[in-house]
Amino acid sequence: MNKNLLDLSILELSERLKTKSISSVELVTESYQRMEASEPIIHAAITIRDKKEALGKAKNADETRKTDSHPLHGIPYVVKDAYLTKGMRTTAASKILDNYIPPYNATVIDRLEKCGAILIGKMNMDAWGHGASTENTDYPVTKNPWDTTRSAGGSGGGPAAAVALRYVPFAIGEDTGGSIRFPASWCGITALKVTYGRVSRYGAIAYASSLDSVGPTAKTTEDCAVVLEAIAGIDPYDATSSPHPVDKYVQGIKVSIKGKRIAFPLEYYKEGLDPEIKTAIIKAREQFVSLGAIVEDVFMPLLEFGVPVYYILAPSETSSNLGRYDGVRYGGTRELFTKETRRRILTGTYALSSGYYDAYYKKAQKARSVFIQNYTEILSKYDAILSPVTTISATKFGELLDDPVTNMMMDVYNVTVNIVGVPSLALPCGFTQKGLPIGMQIIGNMYGEKTLVSLGASYQAVTDWHKKIPRGENS
Amino acid sequence: MNEYELVIGMEIHVELKTESGMFCGCKNDQSLDKKPNIYTCPVCLGLPGALPVPNKKAIDWTIMLGLALGSEISEVSKFDRKHYFYPDLPKGYQISQYDMPLCVGGFVDTSFGRVRLHRIHLEEDTGTLKHTTLDGKRVSLVDFNRSGTPLVEIVTEPDIHSSAQAIEFLKKLHQIVRFVGISDADMEKGSMRLEPNISVRVKGSTELPQYKVEVKNINSFKFAAAAIEYEFKRHVALLEDGKIPVQETRGWNEDKNATVSQRVKEGASDYRYFPEPDIPPLRFSKEYINNLKSKIPESAQEKAQRYINEYKLSKAQCVGVITTPEFSNIFELMVVEGTKTSGVTASDVANWLINKKSSMANLSPEEFITKLIEESKTVAVSDDELNKIIKSVLFENEKAVTDYKSGKETVIMFLVGKVRAQLKIDTARILSALKKELIS
Repeated sequence: MNKNLLDLSILELSERLKTKSISSVELVTESYQRMEASEPIIHAAITIRDKKEALGKAKNADETRKTDSHPLHGIPYVVKDAYLTKGMRTTAASKILDNYIPPYNATVIDRLEKCGAILIGKMNMDAWGHGASTENTDYPVTKNPWDTTRSAGGSGGGPAAAVALRYVPFAIGEDTGGSIRFPASWCGITALKVTYGRVSRYGAIAYASSLDSVGPTAKTTEDCAVVLEAIAGIDPYDATSSPHPVDKYVQGIKVSIKGKRIAFPLEYYKEGLDPEIKTAIIKAREQFVSLGAIVEDVFMPLLEFGVPVYYILAPSETSSNLGRYDGVRYGGTRELFTKETRRRILTGTYALSSGYYDAYYKKAQKARSVFIQNYTEILSKYDAILSPVTTISATKFGELLDDPVTNMMMDVYNVTVNIVGVPSLALPCGFTQKGLPIGMQIIGNMYGEKTLVSLGASYQAVTDWHKKIPRGENS
Repeated sequence: MNEYELVIGMEIHVELKTESGMFCGCKNDQSLDKKPNIYTCPVCLGLPGALPVPNKKAIDWTIMLGLALGSEISEVSKFDRKHYFYPDLPKGYQISQYDMPLCVGGFVDTSFGRVRLHRIHLEEDTGTLKHTTLDGKRVSLVDFNRSGTPLVEIVTEPDIHSSAQAIEFLKKLHQIVRFVGISDADMEKGSMRLEPNISVRVKGSTELPQYKVEVKNINSFKFAAAAIEYEFKRHVALLEDGKIPVQETRGWNEDKNATVSQRVKEGASDYRYFPEPDIPPLRFSKEYINNLKSKIPESAQEKAQRYINEYKLSKAQCVGVITTPEFSNIFELMVVEGTKTSGVTASDVANWLINKKSSMANLSPEEFITKLIEESKTVAVSDDELNKIIKSVLFENEKAVTDYKSGKETVIMFLVGKVRAQLKIDTARILSALKKELIS
């Protein structure tokens, strides 16, 4: 008997749990019903937690709930399979770690567990985060819930599909160059790429350490704010985590955006961008204006350099980070790396070699400073930048896999955000004529997540794109 | 035959005795007899997702060592990744420092001339490998206890030109490290490791030779000197033959008393250094560095000066009591106790400590002074009493007396020992009385 409880927001669910009109056991039961119905086709998950075990946790949550329990108490969730979970297999979607059972939890997992949230599954991705379609997984490929002949996006296609299909109220993703925002846009959900250092990376399998960020993806901005508040903050186990105070992000929902200044970079809306996406975002621009925000055209001419710089920095770091998977300590040998991963390891190894370091890695680091200057300049005059997330909507399977360069270019709007380290909120803003979701992103200042929450929540208060639910198993 | 000279640059690794590891909270226990893999965690095992957090104390101590050695302290420094594959290096890279070490320059003066330091940097130690047979199979086992121990690397300029200079340099450096109080610098335990880079050139030339030989596995100053001498002879023989020694890494073999080739380096290794993205760059203000400077304990030299001024010790006595920071601390405690108790002077304490180092140093200051006073009483032995005992000893050891008289003078110490067995008095007094008796 499906009550569609998982269509509700986290705060609504928490309220009902506390007044005992629903139980965590019911919620978790519904999660498993949805997974059982959709998973044989969608493949959002790599590992699903034993149902009895999850229900045990839910029962315990119901028994221990107090009126002042955390809003996430007893709420089921999933994570991208890039996070270490003590005693639960963690693969990064690579057969190299096919039987790897970690002895410790990532900090983000510990923090959610402390709030009482219940982890029920480890979600699919491009192996090691290498890709933008989840087709580079060593497990069955995740299908887009809106059209199962199409990709869910990547690298975190699994968590995005899981939230789109309402398996759970939220998921934790990992964004190195768009890996949370990109699949969220193709799957029609909301996602937050946090400021670098805002959330601890301890226990997140590293793709590119200076770019990796840990963030939530959920149905709404509000849900993302609730989760962010639970996971943000300095961690003694991550030297790059920030001591910057953690805001009351949820309170940002009610803050008016009247007078907020939004930059609209003209270069971002030129050729290369699907006209349907462009039209949808221009419509959103008008809605921001009608909500009282000031939107102005600006120039950000560095956009085209983002991808080349990213594809030096990220592969260099990944070539180093993946060195430990040498076949000695973990089950699988290096032959199990996918083509895409081999490409990135080779590119990075080359870029770091003596004689080439100055021409590639060092130069890319210099370019990074230029991007930071450029963003700082714009964001000193504006509260946010309005940008597309992807150039096109969800593609058919194989289209990106066969064309690595186009695959790389897919993240043109995303990578500079990671290069600079600023936060960005991706949210649905329309559908194509074929019925595929369209996303946009609002890029903010360092530690400006609360402002992004105000902008996103105000927009979602007057639109209902985020309320559309895919048919999933029936399509 | 040409005249040749050595050109040596030294690399010295020193394990710091911090409570915890370089990048994790694991206990830093450098004792040798512990079970393998008992001090490990996700960080020092290089597990997926683990991140390094630098040990502040290790950084501070490295800066203090640099200050003690006259280095310039970098206001901005950083860690880098040094990549190579080896089973004792679980991440596939070592976190080290490449182009921005904590300390630049510095020097140690020797009686042969100044040895300039190139740099001092901080890194993590690796695990250790044990090659053994297990259930009839030959296996290599990895022990990660040492993985992630803070390790300081000191690199000199090629300013050393003899084995004697090398040893003097190393002993001074060893003492400075010990007195800054950051490491036991115990070579047998491997907490101080020496790697001379040796080449030889025709004397008078000022150019650096186009090759160098690195020697590893040296765990004492004596072996360092032996290895340098061995290499010198080997290189000279090759050069005289018109050959240039191969650029390689050799190991000191204690049993063969020789160096043996370990690995020939084919060109420069490519470690693919790049800045460690998991650790933000380090910045130090002038105040911060000055504050560390004020925390450096008194050096051996400063101590000696103070002992000469305050305690009226001789230079030789200073050398005797300032062997290690621990020993000089014991000395000072005993001096305090001695002056409190009676007329025992610092000089008395120094003499007693130097002569009876092993038996007395473990006593508490109170016990020591009591014993010192008690034993000093026996000094009140009369010359007659002494001569009586000397005579009986000479009578009982006729052969020794004959040997002595036939020119084997060292035998006198044997006789001194025999006398001392009966009379606990100053060796010098026995010696002079014995000599008088033997001449007569």
